[in-house]
Amino acid sequence: MAKIRVVHYINQFFAQIGGEEKADHKPEAREGFVGPGMAFNAAFGDKAEIVATVICGDSYFNENLETATKEVLSMISSYKPDLVIAGPAFNAGRYGMACGTVAAAVKEQLGIPAVTGMYIENPGADGFKTKVHIIATKNSAAGMKDAVAAMVPFALKLVSGEKIGSSAEEGYIPNGIRVNFFEEKRGSERAVDMLLKKLKGEPYVTEFPMPDFDRVPPNKAIKDITKAKIALVTSGGIVPKGNPDHIESSSASKYGKYDINGITDLTEATYETAHGGYDPVYANLDADRVLPVDVLREYETQGKIGSLHRYFYTTVGNGTSVANSKAYALAIGKELVADGVDAVILTST
Amino acid sequence: MKLEIGQIFIRDIQFDAVSRIENNILYVNTQELKALLLEDEHLASVDFEIAKPGEKTRIIPVKDVIEPRVKVEGGGGIFPGVLAKVEAVGSGRTNVLKGAAVVTTGRIVGFQEGIIDMSGPGADYTPFSKLNNLVLICETVDGLKQHAHEKVVRFAGLKTAAYLGRLAKELVADEVKTYETPSVKEGMLKYPDLPRVAYVLMLQSQGLLHDTYVYGVDMKQSLTTMLYPTELMDGAIISGNCVSACDKNTTYHHLNNPVVEDLFAKHGTELNFVGVIITNENVYLADKERSSDWTAKLVELLGVDGVVISQEGFGNPDTDLIMNCKKIEAKGVKTVIITDEYAGRDGASQSLADADASADAVVTGGNANMVIELPPMERIIGHKEAADVIAGGFDGSLKEDGSIVAELQVITGATNELGFNKLSAR
Repeated sequence: MAKIRVVHYINQFFAQIGGEEKADHKPEAREGFVGPGMAFNAAFGDKAEIVATVICGDSYFNENLETATKEVLSMISSYKPDLVIAGPAFNAGRYGMACGTVAAAVKEQLGIPAVTGMYIENPGADGFKTKVHIIATKNSAAGMKDAVAAMVPFALKLVSGEKIGSSAEEGYIPNGIRVNFFEEKRGSERAVDMLLKKLKGEPYVTEFPMPDFDRVPPNKAIKDITKAKIALVTSGGIVPKGNPDHIESSSASKYGKYDINGITDLTEATYETAHGGYDPVYANLDADRVLPVDVLREYETQGKIGSLHRYFYTTVGNGTSVANSKAYALAIGKELVADGVDAVILTST
Repeated sequence: MKLEIGQIFIRDIQFDAVSRIENNILYVNTQELKALLLEDEHLASVDFEIAKPGEKTRIIPVKDVIEPRVKVEGGGGIFPGVLAKVEAVGSGRTNVLKGAAVVTTGRIVGFQEGIIDMSGPGADYTPFSKLNNLVLICETVDGLKQHAHEKVVRFAGLKTAAYLGRLAKELVADEVKTYETPSVKEGMLKYPDLPRVAYVLMLQSQGLLHDTYVYGVDMKQSLTTMLYPTELMDGAIISGNCVSACDKNTTYHHLNNPVVEDLFAKHGTELNFVGVIITNENVYLADKERSSDWTAKLVELLGVDGVVISQEGFGNPDTDLIMNCKKIEAKGVKTVIITDEYAGRDGASQSLADADASADAVVTGGNANMVIELPPMERIIGHKEAADVIAGGFDGSLKEDGSIVAELQVITGATNELGFNKLSAR
């Protein structure tokens, strides 16, 4: 089997061209490995080989981001690599940004597997961890040996198309994609160990860092509710009997839109819930308990509200991902606005 | 309070004319057992199957899993307030049929029963693939609403477990483990230098089909309270719920609570395990506030240094979990929470329905939305068409060849939030 062709991207410093005074060094390509490429090449053994090294000064790259990316990319692609390695950049900020930009561009624009390495606090890590795999390294070049040892097998795995495991197994900086894997110890034991560390004030790593939540500010109040067109939207899973669109009982992959023109009451014979996350008995007996069509019809007749919108929208909130919920809400919201709906009663369970 | 657990290792189950345990084999007279179970007029039929590790067998839809146990010495009986009369359990001696379990199936009750595969990729995710299972296929009389249906199947499982447990009453155990919890005062005097730790066990109580019973009390009607850890080992807590299979705590889980086990393992050497605080996961905000206030109050009253908090279910209970964590941390007590994740099939979505910065020590049982493929099996116990409607399944989950493509949610116990498994996510 032919060796995997690797192009290595490094900065002027690691190419031993110079430090800050040479940071405006323009992109150049050299055959074979340069500087830290030697260690990579040795670690690749007979599986892969660095065919070329592309070098660029950190200042030049960051100050001419667009043109520099283009130049570097065209040099890289001219060697027809199967794999691109950038850095590692350790804690060097501008180098990290350059490595992130190059690796991400190689992956996205050339469709070639790419990997880089950085210290977790490198600004490049935050900027690119969701775009390309960044192996976590120490904060200085003293960590080169460990970085090579981690990056090489991971890079080979990427090229082979093998399934990439979780960040904890593979050593990349968590990229927001949660991946399942089997730990050595069961969860309860990990919890007790973590608590003992926390009690002693020793460092520990949480398995799930708390996310930042979206907060949606409420809209302004309706001025005259007796003129308002009101729509019903629910995550309580109320559907016409028989669940015609097969909305899932959990982790819904869709939402439904149903005509309630002329319907004044939801009955056991006509509506039910598809939701698998709560006791369905009472909702199935009278679906108005979740989707109050009956009361709104009364209000409509009495002139307490303007009108009830002709359609209701429904999905199952149970186990449904935030990303899916957001997408449904955007689509539903668009239609409601187009239909001139003034207000929405959103019921959950 | 001190309890000895006598383990009798069960290496096989066989049907036979006389129910007994001999040479570590459990023999079951199904006629006798059937007659006992059919005393319940709501049960139309009950059939029995045996599912062993490594077989090409799938059990679907699974309602509960129960470990047979029997009280040998000490007050009360197994499943107090439910099968045995109400009397405090957790002391003396209890014999356990280790390696065996009762699994209940039959026509689906709600949406949230699960799957146990005895071999193949699905078997890696459920602890019950490693047991010798006596499976009860329970069919109820027509016209029974879900609540009554759930109760019938729940009791059939418990009665069977008690029936099998009784076979071990006179047996000599293969291995004996001892668990002891001193009083708060004794513990402080005995282990003055060890950090004092309590366990906050959150019990599913969102409503009918989502209920847990403690000494027979419906937990949604209870205030937060305390148990000795060994009371769990005698069946003080039983599952009556059909929450998503992957993260519901079956009765088997309650009997073998891994947090209790692992806190006991370090009790007296690295920590002082003070006791178990049980709290509920009700749906009303006032209940959530009251129960989490109460949890934090009990933690404060006990004066512990740290707690492990475990969850059951997801979504709505995420708010209870975070409230408990936040309020306990606010009392200056360190917490670790155990949960699981619903990060979407691609793993890219927010994992929990609630969050707080004070929840800075989290153990996860994995992403329940992950899609898995379960190959066809030679034998199906139960009703395979349930695959399309159970939580985690979808229209078309069940393929023509009998294989199932569904979310990990469908597998019983897969992302357990007591930390029963090794599965995790990052």
